[in-house]
Amino acid sequence: MVQLKATDADGRKEVRILAPTGACGSGFVETSFERGLAQNPTFIGCDCGSTDPGPAYLGSGATAFPRAAIKRDIRLMLLGARRIDVPLLLGSAGTGGADAQVELVRQIIEEIAAEENLSFTLALVRSEVDKDWLSQRFAEGKITALDPAPPFDAGVIERSAHIVGMMGAEPFIKAVQGGADVVLAGRSSDTAIFASIPLMLGIAPGIAWHAAKILECGAAAVVNRKTPDCMFAWLRGDHFVMEAPDPALRCTPQSIASHSLYENADPFRLVECSGTLDLYNATYEAISDTAVKVSGSAFIEAPRYTVKLEGAELVGYQSVLIGSVRDPFIIRQIDDWLERLQERIHARVKMVYGDALKPADYLVNIRVYGKNGTMGPLEPVKTIHSHELCLVFECTAPSQEVAHAMTGIVRHQALHLPIPEWSGLITAVACPYNGLTRGAVYRFNMNQVVEPADPYEMFPTEFVSVRGADRRTNA
Amino acid sequence: MTQLAQLARLIRSKNAGPFQLTFDIMFSDEATYQRVKRAPTLTRASVASLYSIAEADTLFFHCDNAWAVKISIPRPYIQGDLKDADSHGGQQYAPLMDIEIP
Repeated sequence: MVQLKATDADGRKEVRILAPTGACGSGFVETSFERGLAQNPTFIGCDCGSTDPGPAYLGSGATAFPRAAIKRDIRLMLLGARRIDVPLLLGSAGTGGADAQVELVRQIIEEIAAEENLSFTLALVRSEVDKDWLSQRFAEGKITALDPAPPFDAGVIERSAHIVGMMGAEPFIKAVQGGADVVLAGRSSDTAIFASIPLMLGIAPGIAWHAAKILECGAAAVVNRKTPDCMFAWLRGDHFVMEAPDPALRCTPQSIASHSLYENADPFRLVECSGTLDLYNATYEAISDTAVKVSGSAFIEAPRYTVKLEGAELVGYQSVLIGSVRDPFIIRQIDDWLERLQERIHARVKMVYGDALKPADYLVNIRVYGKNGTMGPLEPVKTIHSHELCLVFECTAPSQEVAHAMTGIVRHQALHLPIPEWSGLITAVACPYNGLTRGAVYRFNMNQVVEPADPYEMFPTEFVSVRGADRRTNA
Repeated sequence: MTQLAQLARLIRSKNAGPFQLTFDIMFSDEATYQRVKRAPTLTRASVASLYSIAEADTLFFHCDNAWAVKISIPRPYIQGDLKDADSHGGQQYAPLMDIEIP
């Protein structure tokens, strides 16, 4: 195992963590990163994925950030980590953490190693879930729904393009103990990336998981974040200290306390594979203008170990038509007009395709911007005063060809759909151009947890010896 | 009465995973936070009604050490689903801005 630097100047246990950015590929400031390296971190960690960009990434295997942006961030992190010889832990590789996305980031790492002549041991921890294994677990009653969750059955497993399990801290610990200099993991709990080494070194779980929750977003918890940037933490016996390496960025007790609100439904409880971080008794104290000391965070072990599942399935292919309405007669009856339009579209589709395309096989979703385009059913404003409306017609069908053809049908039906106020042929919609192709569209289809036999079963680890000069050979 | 937007340092909405939306209402000082915390116009029931969500499905928190009020509700559509209009959930907070605080 790599020798870890985890004591302070007086020889007491202290785990220091550098988080370069909240999302690999979003960037960070190089001078901040160098300041962080100078503070002698025990390890460097970075979250490389999210569900936030939508289901298309897990579904298709593409990455949300451009490859070049991911490579820029990993190059700096890899060069920094190798220079001071500390582990680099990367989780949720390539947005979704599917095997193809782990492979894509692995190629980036190997390219950088060749270009920079770096040699190290790389651990690849995969998180894609085998469908037969999951079906077996489902049959054994080992899958439980979170709240809220879409319905789950064998068909959901079958339809999924990719399913990943969200790993806890244990597979990271195993990879580091196995000698990894760099861990590249599939889908990971954002916090597990940062809690792993502290837990391995005996930091109290409440301290480790709470510090991790703040670190996983990089500099997001400072008062005055300007761009994505670095965060640094010192974890000790009964507390941790958080401070951004850039001295212009300030952490305050309130900014650190409020970060537990971010992207989390419950601000006091954060559920992990192995238990729940409990912040009811956490206290926050300013120890300088820029640093905050946190204590009192607790972690309650779960009676059973569970792994959250994420899946994405193909819904169909989509083409989009954009148009607008300026006539106040149409605007004041827009709901009724769109209802009549849907009837016309169904009738025309039946004429063109007959039984080959049934109403259940396609969807024309119409967004009305200027009315409730942003909030849909959550919109409390029911009466509008807009002088114009933007209409977005999204046609989803079993093939791209049909989806595109449907935008033509929608356009022609909408153009001339009459209203009682005018007699004679009207042209009701302004279209700047014809239909646009969006390609395959996906849907997140699960919010369930599964009980594995142990924390490692779903996350096989492969050690690879990366050699800068002669490329890699299997260790 | 003062509108919430005039009192808060930040009102924001965001996904809490693909299935929930969460709202953070944050203040710059404790006195303003306590004023809002006491307000009968910003409660679990008032927010549930504003968004047409069942009260039982609405989570509502006062976060004393962060000077923040936090609310979480189920998403009307799963993030990125065919009818979802806000992939990050970032523009769902606007109706909260107009809530009148005594």
